[in-house]
Amino acid sequence: MKNNWYKFLAVGLLYYVLIWGFLGRIPRQPVLHETARNLYFHVPMWFGMFTMLSVSVWNSIKYLRSPQTLFDTKAAEYASTGILFGIVGIATGSIWARYTWGAWWTNDVKLNGAAIGLLIYFAYIILRGSFNDEQQRARISAIYNIFAVALLIPLLIILPRMTDSLHPGNGGNPGFKPMDTEHTMRIIFYPACIGWICLGYWITNLRLRLKNLEQIHQENN
Amino acid sequence: MLKEIKALIDKEIKLELRQKYALNGMLLYIVSTVYVCYLSFRLKSNQIDKLTWNTLFWIILLFTAMNAIAKSFTQERFGRLLYYYTLASPVGIILSKIIYNTILMLVLSLVGFGVYAVVMGNPVEDMGIYLLSLVLGAVGFSSTLTMVAGIASKAENSATLMAILSFPIIIPMLLMLLKISKNALDGLDRGSSLDEILTLLAIDGIVLVLSVILFPYLWRS
Repeated sequence: MKNNWYKFLAVGLLYYVLIWGFLGRIPRQPVLHETARNLYFHVPMWFGMFTMLSVSVWNSIKYLRSPQTLFDTKAAEYASTGILFGIVGIATGSIWARYTWGAWWTNDVKLNGAAIGLLIYFAYIILRGSFNDEQQRARISAIYNIFAVALLIPLLIILPRMTDSLHPGNGGNPGFKPMDTEHTMRIIFYPACIGWICLGYWITNLRLRLKNLEQIHQENN
Repeated sequence: MLKEIKALIDKEIKLELRQKYALNGMLLYIVSTVYVCYLSFRLKSNQIDKLTWNTLFWIILLFTAMNAIAKSFTQERFGRLLYYYTLASPVGIILSKIIYNTILMLVLSLVGFGVYAVVMGNPVEDMGIYLLSLVLGAVGFSSTLTMVAGIASKAENSATLMAILSFPIIIPMLLMLLKISKNALDGLDRGSSLDEILTLLAIDGIVLVLSVILFPYLWRS
């Protein structure tokens, strides 16, 4: 019970988000209309992805400082949960874009950034797959993880200056905050972020435990 | 330290000159790629617009750089690498490889630019800045790709890995280079590229520092 509080938090918050996200009041806006409810699902995916990937990089750094297998498995599993969030984020965003901007994919700053981030982590997974030796895999993928993320940061700073964004709050578009005068969206959006991040942590933990069991199983046979 | 780097660079150059076929091969690679592009576009004179001219050239350079630098760790035998391991410090090794690859890239990109300008026409208006972008590109490409080559050389299918690992992380550099060289192509005021040049220098700095920090871990394995 003590160690499982985040599971209850995730389930509770996500039920709250599901129910009030679809039933609650939202500000009337042109173009957006009811699609604004996607805010509770699309945007938290990016918060979740960034949290998971940051934890992954943090574990990679810890691995290089003291080589323990646990840090490496953690880095890998957090990265794959991050990828999952990224894919769902792109999918929800793509549907949203279709109904508001009229296209599945646009040449937008954030879309390009997300796509490149995913490319880096797919490459990371493939890099991991091409080693047989566990220690070497752990060390070299940790090096790539740190190297790639350090180069992703300037990209995220550079990209916005190259093109304008269609996203709210960028390129002269108003953000969500001023529209949400009655705070009806805010009280669902923030819990949604926390709920999705807790879910991501839960998924990763399950996968870590599964990995651990597989290893024990292999050792016994 | 400086002495060590100098000795290692000397060694690389001697090695390169001893096996002339590798250097000639790379020169021929860039020349024939340029020629393939020339024939594919079936250029009469000035049919291609400036944007395409510039982008095509940088894509050719990127692929040449990948091919040229990919071999920087696979060229020598395992036993010889082990021998260097006992003699030189990892920082000396990575810096000497980066400097050597920069020189190599400078030679390749200048030759490539010469051939490209002859067959595709030369619309560049501000030659000084364009050459500067070539130099900055050589430094940036060689430092990023040297590190990635080190990572990829440890894995099994290193040729594919080299491409998928380096493409997403080289994008910020490539975008900046395209911007600077396009400004030079249009003969814009030099001050307008200053911002991009500084960003590019900053990225080069990040890559160099990271390489120096991370390479010792890579070298140990």
